[in-house]
Amino acid sequence: MTAVTTDRPGFGQRLADLGRALVSPRGAVFLLLIVLLVAIALINPSFAEPSQFIRFIQRVAPVAIVAIGQYFVIVGGEFDLSMGSVVTTQVVIAGNLIGQDDAKSLPVLLLMLAFGAFIGLVNGLIVSFLKVPSFIVTLGMMLALLGATLYWTGGAATGNPADGFREIGRGGIRDLPVIDILPWSVLVLAIVLAAAIWFSKRPFGRTIIALGDNPTTARFSGTRNWWVKTSTFMISSLSATIAGVLLVGYAGVHPSVGRGYEFTAITAVVLGGVVLGGGRGWVVAAAAGAFALEALFTLLNFAGVPSTYRDAVQGAIIILAVAYSATTFRARRRGRGIDAPSPSSDPVADAPAEASRPDSPTSPDAATQISPPAATQTSPAPAEERDAEASARPAPIPSTPRADNETKGGS
Amino acid sequence: MSTTTPASVRRTAPRRRRLDASLIVGIALVAVIIVGAILVASVGRNFFSAGNIRDILTGMSVLGFVAIGQTLVILCASLDLSVPYVVSLSSLIAADLMAGNPANIPLAIVAVLVVAAVIGLANGLIVTKLKVNGFIATLGTGLIIKGYLDSNYKGTSGQVPWEFQLIGATGIGPIPISTLLMLLVAVAGAFFLARTRTGNHMFAVGGNEQVARLSGIRTARPLIVAHVLCSITAALAGLLLASRLGVGSPVVGTQGGYDLLSIAAVVLGGTLLMGGRGSIWGTIGGVAIFAVVDNVMSVMQVNPFLKDVVRGVVIVAAVAVYTSRSVDRRRPRFANAAPPPTASGSGPANGSDAREEARA
Amino acid sequence: MRRRYAVASAMVGALALIALAGCTTDPNVTAPTEDAGATEESVEWFDQELFDKQDAERDVVPEGPDGQPWLQHINAEMVDTSEFASDGAKKACFANASISNPWRTTGWITMNQQLKVLQDAGVISEMETRDAQDSDDTQIADIDYFIEEGGCDIFLISPNSTAAMTPAVERACDTGKPVVVFDRGVQTDCPVTFIHPIGGFAWGIDTAEFLIDELDEGDKVVALRILPGVDVLEQRWAAAEKLFDEAGIEAVDYFTGADPAEIKKIISDELAKGDVDGVWMDAGDGAVAAIEAFEDAGVDYPVMTGEDEMSFLRKWKETGLTGLAPVYSNFQWRTPLLAAQKIFAGEEVPQEWVLPQSPITAEEVDEYLALNENMPDGHYAKFGGEDLPGYPQVWEDRIVP
Repeated sequence: MTAVTTDRPGFGQRLADLGRALVSPRGAVFLLLIVLLVAIALINPSFAEPSQFIRFIQRVAPVAIVAIGQYFVIVGGEFDLSMGSVVTTQVVIAGNLIGQDDAKSLPVLLLMLAFGAFIGLVNGLIVSFLKVPSFIVTLGMMLALLGATLYWTGGAATGNPADGFREIGRGGIRDLPVIDILPWSVLVLAIVLAAAIWFSKRPFGRTIIALGDNPTTARFSGTRNWWVKTSTFMISSLSATIAGVLLVGYAGVHPSVGRGYEFTAITAVVLGGVVLGGGRGWVVAAAAGAFALEALFTLLNFAGVPSTYRDAVQGAIIILAVAYSATTFRARRRGRGIDAPSPSSDPVADAPAEASRPDSPTSPDAATQISPPAATQTSPAPAEERDAEASARPAPIPSTPRADNETKGGS
Repeated sequence: MSTTTPASVRRTAPRRRRLDASLIVGIALVAVIIVGAILVASVGRNFFSAGNIRDILTGMSVLGFVAIGQTLVILCASLDLSVPYVVSLSSLIAADLMAGNPANIPLAIVAVLVVAAVIGLANGLIVTKLKVNGFIATLGTGLIIKGYLDSNYKGTSGQVPWEFQLIGATGIGPIPISTLLMLLVAVAGAFFLARTRTGNHMFAVGGNEQVARLSGIRTARPLIVAHVLCSITAALAGLLLASRLGVGSPVVGTQGGYDLLSIAAVVLGGTLLMGGRGSIWGTIGGVAIFAVVDNVMSVMQVNPFLKDVVRGVVIVAAVAVYTSRSVDRRRPRFANAAPPPTASGSGPANGSDAREEARA
Repeated sequence: MRRRYAVASAMVGALALIALAGCTTDPNVTAPTEDAGATEESVEWFDQELFDKQDAERDVVPEGPDGQPWLQHINAEMVDTSEFASDGAKKACFANASISNPWRTTGWITMNQQLKVLQDAGVISEMETRDAQDSDDTQIADIDYFIEEGGCDIFLISPNSTAAMTPAVERACDTGKPVVVFDRGVQTDCPVTFIHPIGGFAWGIDTAEFLIDELDEGDKVVALRILPGVDVLEQRWAAAEKLFDEAGIEAVDYFTGADPAEIKKIISDELAKGDVDGVWMDAGDGAVAAIEAFEDAGVDYPVMTGEDEMSFLRKWKETGLTGLAPVYSNFQWRTPLLAAQKIFAGEEVPQEWVLPQSPITAEEVDEYLALNENMPDGHYAKFGGEDLPGYPQVWEDRIVP
């Protein structure tokens, strides 16, 4: 029952919408990214050269791919802390099994993909059937996988695999005009990103978001929750595998490759405006978050900030980015489309309105919040969008300010 | 309306409710001790000798402090990932202020606790006022503290006077003083949760914040208090480490992996990661299980890489045992009608029944 | 509306506060030059006396059996160990800091092979090991456990950090049993012997002098450092930095965490900023990634110092760059057990057992590559185990005991 009639917006209106979208929590990451890139280019003009810039994308590619994988897990309401260990393990497998034998590249690559899918399967099944919180499962998997890998290799990898295999992460299509070289990593990233966008628009992709938002409703709608959840973990492990393949080429084989990637991925995803706890977010924003994070590090590097101070900056940026999206705008109802947030937004923490299980309008009683009149003012906007959704909702329960950012993932 | 479900609810729900979380952890701990004692005996050592008991209890103390605070935070449905850096910072401030002079000890302790309280307050305010998820907020503050530590401390620093080192070194028989202090704090924590208003409110806020707020609870306050207390207990852990090491160290917190291990211990102890249910004693049990497993593996000289594998498996298996049994995570809103949602792991087959129940 | 502004201004204020705090507490922030960093670090880590001592030791010919550098010592003051002399196989208790990096793992494997030799000879009955996994707190507990429960005849300790481990080592000494400390030291003289190669300052001098010889004044060197706060590593950089400063070489240092991806990024960024003529590393992990960064950028190879890790040696040979491989004498892992043998035999041992530490030069590379042909990349060329049983299989398979 689509009640709203759409009229063609004028150009000025479109520009205003774009502006608003950029400043919205969903679009803020793109604004941040643009600001950072411009700042880098100002400090170091050679960065803006196409050949340099394409190399920047090459180095961010593994992080962005991992962020895309983590996006699916987080939007489904869970965590995947095992990604770093998966990357390390895959890198070591490549190093040890391929050796210098180019002929083994393809079989080992297939083995790596199968292994990645298997890890994701194990994670997902334990979360779905044994009901262990995903935080715990993936934490245990992280410890166990890393320990097993180090045990297998005796603490040090055999060595870098054959150059043919490493070409994926290091090389590219050379002698191109303008950009000089188009790294394979960039192509792989483009393919993965395109696949992710396509996937998130498919019914299955939307089901993941639905599951993250409200598992009970999703189940009532007939989805097999366990399969959806498990597949998100498989996607995440596979993305870590692909990142591992790229890293083998880029960085070589070493037991410390990939360490900490899960936290980088989660940070990137959160920077991209995806809500921890699931149910909302755009995959491109997650990838943009990865780029923004790397651009931030590069900026700090070029600006000469000592490496010991960078962690503090990273921490501050993370908090500010998430706080921005949580407090300054009301969050949108459903995490799809480029819906501009309602201008009548009550800046109050009614932003996280629908995160909790049943959907809800803004809270009329505001013990800790601000003016009730402003709160009720926002009700019509969600009502319209809700109608457009045409999904059955039980009686609304007043929202809670913090609910959106609750750690729902896991139990 | 199906007739079997209410009966099964009636039949199973009371039995499930009777399985107390702490009891399960206690049983698991006893089981682990028995297995451990057998394994240790197989390499010719006595599990219950004074030295071994002291090793286990010492291993419990530091993590125990951190885990007690983490329990409070998790009960409120938040997380605290900044604890390792608070631990390191506390040890450094303590050692620097004491500077080998026993007269400085009280000042140093007070200063450390104040700094930790401020950090906890910042965490709490970021979570409640800026509406940032606990995971992200404390990850951020942890990184900020890390940046500060890395920039200003190049290595160990300070000097802890002998009198203060005694806390980490002495004991009553095989039981170290530090463990007794930790248990004392645990008692205080349990009392706080059970008997004070703020403590009770923590359960409410963690369980269902909307309902808590509708019931008239100021939902921000328990959360802020939880974060402050968590940072304070982390500071206590830092003080204990300063006492044991004799100096302050900027990496002692990260060396111990206290963030993820404390969360694992808390969950192992039966506290729900999404808040609202749990107990301090369960957490202590979880910490004890970790300490026993570590001790047994060390005595058996297990390869350090395999130790991590065992730890990972133990964490997941232990929590799985707990979560697959004590299932009553969300009390059904309509007790006679809807089955517990978790029982619906069998998917759509029960979907229609459940929907019918829900409308009843 | 008001609240939105309030929150936004609060966040801007917070960001400003953090930036301000950073500026006031850390003089490094304002200086992209290395001067501010240099003074702060040199004040903490640079020790002129130790520097001079190690500088002198580099030139001393070690005493001891030829061809067995793990038994040689430099400028040794011997101590009498007749009080410990006794017959029969003894039990050794080893408190290991960790085996969390390839250097330590290689040494650990070597140590175990050495143990087999001594077990066959009836000197050592068994060696019980407790691995602290890089945690000070755990290692203190390990040493206390050994004191209580270990039934040890001798304590072998590789401390995780200097100051923090001192009380525990002193407690071990108090038992009356001999204590041998190696690798990193502690702040007490109570152990019977403290085994270590010449030291970090010597490493810094060797490497810095090499780079200074090969480069010109005004050239740029990128220094890749693994971690802050580890004294064996900090001393290397303290010495090198001082020498670079004096020679007019522009040196920029970064912390890498030994992550090859990070190393590659840092080098790439540096190459984007300008020329890089030399690369200095305080440990060999990730050296290959650094070299590859030059390849990817299409510029000439730098003058480089790495370490005796096989990955660097192989890449060095392959690319033909001008290089030097300083060593932190991996064979020092053999010496503690041999020292134990001497102690129980009542022979003299040096109070401070300074082992030789000579870098692998371009002339020597081929020899070491041949000796370690099938070893994994994470193996260290100067592991000193060629005459031990199991060579080369045990190190090739890299089975960690």
